[in-house]
Amino acid sequence: MSMDLTLAAPAEPAAPPAPPAPPAYRVERATRASRIGAAALGLATLALLAMPWWADRASIRSMGEILYVLALAQTWNLLAGYGGLISMGQQAFVGLGAYALVVFSLKLGLNVFLAIPLAGLTAALIAIPAATVVFRLRGAYFAVGTWVVAEVFRLLITNTMWLAGGNGLSVISALTGIPRWWRESAILWFAVVLGVGSTLGLYLVLRSRFGLALKAIRDSEAAAESVGVKVPALKWIVYVAAAFGCGAVGALAFITKLRVAPDAAFSLDWMTTMVFLVVIGGIGTIEGPLVGAAVFFGLRWLLADYGVVYMIVLGALATLVMLKMPEGLYGFLARCYRLDFFPVQRRLIPRDQGE
Amino acid sequence: MTLLRTRDLVVHYGDFQALFGIGMEIADGETIAIIGSNGAGKSTFLRSLAGLLAPSSGRIEFAGVDITGMPANRVVASGLALVPEGRKLFPSLSVEENLLIGGYAKRKGPWSLERIYRIFPDLKEKRRNPGTALSGGQQQMVAIGRALMSNPRLLLCDELSLGLAPIVVKDIYARLPEILAEGTSVVVVEQDIGQAMKVADRFYCLQEGHVSLAGKPGEVGRDQVSAAYFGV
Amino acid sequence: MVDWINTVLQGLLLGGLYALFATGLSLSFGIMRLVNIAHGDMIVLAAYLAYAVVTHFGINPFVALLLIVPAMAAWGYVLQRVVLSRSLTGSILTPLMVTLGLSIITQNVLVSVFSADSRAIPAGGVETAAVPLGGGVTLGLYPLIVMATAIGVIVGLQLLLGRTELGRAFRATSDDQETAQLMGIDNRLLYGLAMAIAMGIVGLAGVYLGIRANFDPSAGPSHLIYAFEAVVIGGLGSLWGTLAGGMILGVSQSIGFRLDPGWGILASHLAFLAVLVLKPNGLFPRTRDR
Repeated sequence: MSMDLTLAAPAEPAAPPAPPAPPAYRVERATRASRIGAAALGLATLALLAMPWWADRASIRSMGEILYVLALAQTWNLLAGYGGLISMGQQAFVGLGAYALVVFSLKLGLNVFLAIPLAGLTAALIAIPAATVVFRLRGAYFAVGTWVVAEVFRLLITNTMWLAGGNGLSVISALTGIPRWWRESAILWFAVVLGVGSTLGLYLVLRSRFGLALKAIRDSEAAAESVGVKVPALKWIVYVAAAFGCGAVGALAFITKLRVAPDAAFSLDWMTTMVFLVVIGGIGTIEGPLVGAAVFFGLRWLLADYGVVYMIVLGALATLVMLKMPEGLYGFLARCYRLDFFPVQRRLIPRDQGE
Repeated sequence: MTLLRTRDLVVHYGDFQALFGIGMEIADGETIAIIGSNGAGKSTFLRSLAGLLAPSSGRIEFAGVDITGMPANRVVASGLALVPEGRKLFPSLSVEENLLIGGYAKRKGPWSLERIYRIFPDLKEKRRNPGTALSGGQQQMVAIGRALMSNPRLLLCDELSLGLAPIVVKDIYARLPEILAEGTSVVVVEQDIGQAMKVADRFYCLQEGHVSLAGKPGEVGRDQVSAAYFGV
Repeated sequence: MVDWINTVLQGLLLGGLYALFATGLSLSFGIMRLVNIAHGDMIVLAAYLAYAVVTHFGINPFVALLLIVPAMAAWGYVLQRVVLSRSLTGSILTPLMVTLGLSIITQNVLVSVFSADSRAIPAGGVETAAVPLGGGVTLGLYPLIVMATAIGVIVGLQLLLGRTELGRAFRATSDDQETAQLMGIDNRLLYGLAMAIAMGIVGLAGVYLGIRANFDPSAGPSHLIYAFEAVVIGGLGSLWGTLAGGMILGVSQSIGFRLDPGWGILASHLAFLAVLVLKPNGLFPRTRDR
């Protein structure tokens, strides 16, 4: 009987030294949606960068605003959605960025576009001492504490006569000498860098070890700490990084607005805008703020003639989304249709199914 | 007369099923022990009786009324009180305030501050202290007294002996007859079989969310109990 | 010298108004762990309601309190039962975002009803009357009334919380919501009542604010910040601490203002940050933050 069996399988080679058994699974990070997402993002970025050659000036201007607001939203998404730091005071860094623009371009005579990264750096540097104060507060108290810090910066600048106090000042003179086409195109390109860059940056960060640690903190700070995640250091990095993004956006935004004044630079509207984008779209997802931006700017376009109504609708929408679908519009759709354009999780695929 | 009856009680925590169709009957004036190992579903069962957990299916009848899914604050008003696991005294309330809040539901009955202090004289002298400043045994007495202040017809005690020295546990169990003398039915839930079986008229043994054995303590053999308890 | 004494006294009395702003916030945080971002907007809403009632019926604003306080309390109860209770799901993000949404809605509804112009409640001269204490030291009559009200509110709340059955139930629920239900406490009803009391005090604060100063629909957030600062300086859960916190804010604001009119509000924020750095748990901590 046993002889028959060996004879029945002549095609099998005589047993070679067994190779190490391959693991029964492989790690998969891409999904079909993610490959579509990557391709779409690449094409969209190219199309956006090329807008000066195919779009009209009004569209370029609007797209610039959408992109830098998206960048702001992604920084808050990183802070609140992944770092668990629900700040209500990010307008501090937008405002500081705007005033860094004033100092670097108007007072020191640097190129306005060079002032954008410098404004980010300035905001990040100021975030370091600010963090030591606000990190003494937790939870909801952190939220209002960061807000107080933003008010302090606003009042400090309002009282600084060198920066024209509460009246504010115009940055037009820093822009003279740059041809209009170049100025408008460069604003758009910087907005693309910030908007697409923050989205892509968040994606890359979340795929890294650092991102894994962040998600651990979001789910449970204590548990993350117990497995060796340096929670305070990580939160600190996130806070400073978000400040960088807000500072850079602040400088860019006020290059387009031309006039910098404390009330506008440190306006709570910056904060509510980023919160709306993130909350309506879906906090803690990379795609959420994109959906949020579509809703936010879509509604603004629809209700352009009814300023007050627009704000009431937005407030009501944010409240409703928070109560009825806390995962946001994108989170809700993603759950229903199992979408994942920017997969940051690792999936284990059993060999026999996955291949 | 039957005071409490559960039929096919099923309880989930999210996706996790903790109870698989528990049927139990408790008569007026009876003392019942529910025993079982850690995770057998004892606390879950008591918490669902008290209205803290909504059953997924099944029925709870208390004093002839269907109380399935009734919120906890109304269950206690209907005469069913729970001494929660770990005592759960209110730290910002004094001992006396802890007892007084037990009577929040305003059910009429034999229990009053004086009666509680008579059973647990230790508490009277500490009545102005915060509840959490007491020893573990005294805290347990406050927790029992607090539940009694609602004048329950059925008193559910979840792990009275948890974290207490055996002598303290014995001391607390020694006050049980005074409570029973008022006609109150009592359910004691314990991991420790010995103490509970001594006081109980009947017992139920839970194992992985099922009733694995029921009977009278004197009529069941040791081996039978340990088989039902450990599932061997 | 006399000027400085007057400055400090003014600041101390101003603390009464800030304490009124803060007690409602302290109460809703203490009992429900709810930080209401729309708190300041509710103060402004109350001021506008009072403005409408006073100017429409021509009544004294102190009489209007009899209308505004119950109306705000009822509004608080409804708001809690219909909206806020659904937001208390454990995550702090939900209540923060829901009340932020509420804040935006309130501000813009006020703009559409009353326009963005700033208003003040006419009070017939009581707001400018002064009480001379001799030697050039004077106290404003109106700030004294506000301070007396604040002290009255705090004493009343202390008695309610410490001596009554409802107060016991509030404290029990604050300690442990689930066990409180085992006592027969309906926590949803209780939360509604807590919000009603908090909003009643907000009604008081709003009317007093409107008599003292101009207000406009966007003024809410800055009042929330004062209220929050007073609560944190005083220590979470301590009502007398909240009054002390309000006084610290008031004194630093009036001293700052005297040094340079631009520095008044900044000085009170800096005082807050200083306390935060030196005593992160506030001066009289009681409730633990969760």
